[in-house]
Amino acid sequence: MKSRMKKIFLLSLFSISLLLSAGCGSSAEGKNGEVIVYNWGEYLDPETIRLFEDETGIKVIYDEFETNEVMFPKVEAGATEYDVICPSDYMIQKLLENDLLAELDFDNIPNAKANIGKQYWEQSTEFDPENKYSVPYCWGTVGILYNKTMVEEPVDSWSILWDEKYKDNILMQDSVRDAFMVGLKLNGYSMNSTDAGELETAKNALIQQKPLVQAYVVDQVRDKMIGNEAAIGVIYSGEAIYTQRENPDLEYVIPKEGTNVWIDSWVIAKNAPNKENGEKFIDFMCRPDIALMNFEYITYSTPNDAARELIEDDDIRNSSIAFPDLTQYQNLETFRYLGEEADQIYNELWKEIKSE
Amino acid sequence: MKNNRLMGKLFSSPYIVWAVIFILVPLGMVFYYGLTDKTGAFTLENVTAIMTAEHAKALWISLGLSLISTVICFFLAYPLAMILANMNVNQHSFIVLIFILPMWMNFLLRTLAWQTLLEKTGVINSILSFLHLPVLNIINTPYAIILGMVYNFLPFMVLPIYNSLVKIDANVVNAAKDLGANSIQTFFKITLPLSIPGIISGITMVFIPALTTFVISKLLGGSKILLIGNVIEEEFTQAGNWHLGSGLSIVLMIFIIINMAVSAIFDKDGEGSFL
Amino acid sequence: MIKITAKKIYIFLIFVFLYAPIATLMALSFNASRTRAKWGGFTLKWYVSLFENREIMQALWNTLFIALLSSLTAVIIGTVACIAIQKMGKRKRALMMGITNIPMLNADIVTGISLMLLFISFGIKFGMGTILLAHITFNIPYVILCVMPRMKQINPSTYEAALDLGASPAHAFFKVVFPDLFPGVLSGFLMAFTMSLDDFIITHFTKGAGVDTLSTKIYTEVKKGIKPEMYALSTIIFVTVLLLLLLINKAPKEKIK
Repeated sequence: MKSRMKKIFLLSLFSISLLLSAGCGSSAEGKNGEVIVYNWGEYLDPETIRLFEDETGIKVIYDEFETNEVMFPKVEAGATEYDVICPSDYMIQKLLENDLLAELDFDNIPNAKANIGKQYWEQSTEFDPENKYSVPYCWGTVGILYNKTMVEEPVDSWSILWDEKYKDNILMQDSVRDAFMVGLKLNGYSMNSTDAGELETAKNALIQQKPLVQAYVVDQVRDKMIGNEAAIGVIYSGEAIYTQRENPDLEYVIPKEGTNVWIDSWVIAKNAPNKENGEKFIDFMCRPDIALMNFEYITYSTPNDAARELIEDDDIRNSSIAFPDLTQYQNLETFRYLGEEADQIYNELWKEIKSE
Repeated sequence: MKNNRLMGKLFSSPYIVWAVIFILVPLGMVFYYGLTDKTGAFTLENVTAIMTAEHAKALWISLGLSLISTVICFFLAYPLAMILANMNVNQHSFIVLIFILPMWMNFLLRTLAWQTLLEKTGVINSILSFLHLPVLNIINTPYAIILGMVYNFLPFMVLPIYNSLVKIDANVVNAAKDLGANSIQTFFKITLPLSIPGIISGITMVFIPALTTFVISKLLGGSKILLIGNVIEEEFTQAGNWHLGSGLSIVLMIFIIINMAVSAIFDKDGEGSFL
Repeated sequence: MIKITAKKIYIFLIFVFLYAPIATLMALSFNASRTRAKWGGFTLKWYVSLFENREIMQALWNTLFIALLSSLTAVIIGTVACIAIQKMGKRKRALMMGITNIPMLNADIVTGISLMLLFISFGIKFGMGTILLAHITFNIPYVILCVMPRMKQINPSTYEAALDLGASPAHAFFKVVFPDLFPGVLSGFLMAFTMSLDDFIITHFTKGAGVDTLSTKIYTEVKKGIKPEMYALSTIIFVTVLLLLLLINKAPKEKIK
């Protein structure tokens, strides 16, 4: 008994160490150092990373986050060093106000100014007044994705998310600002409200909605809508094309009460250990062919005009979902960072909703 | 003799150093953060925050769900442990097969698989509707969370009970029978009392992880039900309020200490009967 | 007879309960559709693309590396600690065992955040190292709990006899004491290895950028939809372990007692 156990033990040790030595060979550091990228989940084509590594000899260490709120404490704590991060508008403002971002050297990022459309730089001034810290990567809106076979009436308002008919068929966003955006917009308020009364109204609306909600999710809304698990979901516009491709019954709308127009931009952390490599990475991502690859993989709207020109499919290049004409919608807003106190109030109220 | 004592010191020091740095100091940090505010001043606010409506409710729901899961685990596990303890052939490998083997499939994946099984259009409902039976709608409800807890922690109830049952001397049981006790009497007078250390250890191993989980409620509860584990996790990873998160952890630790104290009473050797 | 059948049915039901999700995962690994929600026909393509998926393979190596190194370290520290604890006085021993129990009985989430606070406060950068330290910490108790009962059964006079016969302490230990300890050490190692492999929560709080174990990789994937390659990998791991176990049991049985 004993000797057999021993043999097996040694054998398995041996085989595991063999496996390990085989595996470690592939993780050698690039000859030109490395760059640590912190991005949203599935937010670029992994192939582009490989191309970047081959071309530059810089090894990419890639990490993902689910929401802006999860990203911030990690960057703030500093126990993990990141070079390139891809936060949204209001979070860039928060990072800036907490002095966590480094000024970009645009000489190292020639592709940015050359290819990114002018209106996106303008839009960015809301959170980065002098366009010194961020390079737009993706943009879009937040809207309602619904299943035509399950929803019969025309969908044009957030209020459908409060319709008793769709009890247990509604998917809400599980992140505090997005959820409150829906609650505030429904009542005609600004989604950047800090007014106690308005927030209270929004909170009560969301509490009232809770029994109808099937689940609070972030990215899972995509799979669940494709799988006919729910009739209506709150979703980022970038997912719309992908989900429609997988399930033609799905339709995306921007509600008439208005919504969030967001931009996710590349920034570089103040304590970045490889700032220059980070800038090379951002520059690479702004190259039209690379931006096109990413657009085709993730289907989020690209601010890269040169890349848009390269899209072969006319329907997609002129798609009103991928590249909507924002002038025809009303009450569009972009999130602003509201300060620490307001953050705390939002968190508190959100917890009240979730624990209801 | 002197040599022996020196050896003892030499042998014990690596672990003592390790335990101090990685067990005691970190716990001290939790207490430090939990009992101070952002300026570093002493406060009990983070601990008493458990009394606010949303925290109290989260704790209350967590206690309820984990208690129910523990009870279900016990009633599922005890008969099973008895059956296994009475089986002689190849029992050890059989137990390994049943309980240890699933652990090699990642627990997140296994829990996620329940989502696939329980969903509205999931596997179970497809089978049910194929058989023209009413469909099961428990995904994203507390029932799904209980199921997830029972599923994940059942082995931790079975193994200690099984271990304490096999340790019972067959002669004691036979003696009771010889003295005229029927099998029900034997069970309640002999077997059950002798297996109490295993039961207590099992309860500890199930109750604490169930009380403090944040993953199961996220995967199977649709994030609709906020458990105390979710509150703490979100304070650390999203809200960034470590002081509040630590304060609530201290409250959790009170329950853990109660649990430890109870198990210490029954487990006087201090060695645990998990294995 | 009825009783036996009832018992068999009971075991069978528990078996189904424990293995239904695993069967589901295995089925999904052959699903041609990318999403979990649709069955798109039978395919083996995920088993091919798995080996080309650098991230998953890297996570697998990380997981195995961490599990192996942390459980081996834990075995060494834990076994040595057992020898020392055995020699201690009653009260000291109780204290040591009490401390040992903390990571086992404490909630994973508390252990995780306490280590996170430790690393951040002392300016230790998150990465492979912090995960290893954390895993060793929660593995040691399992080793001690497996080795300690064996330790108690060992008669100290055999060790002393070996010394009297002229063996060096190290020689005497490895020749006389260690063989008796070995089954405990082995099960401690396997226990620690399994725990390390299956851990998510503590790794979640102590991991750094780009260092993913399978658990943390899966957790990030859960949100966007698990890549089918992950199901394929899990199926391979599961079947390998199953075969290994069957092999051990198939080997000619030596008489047990």
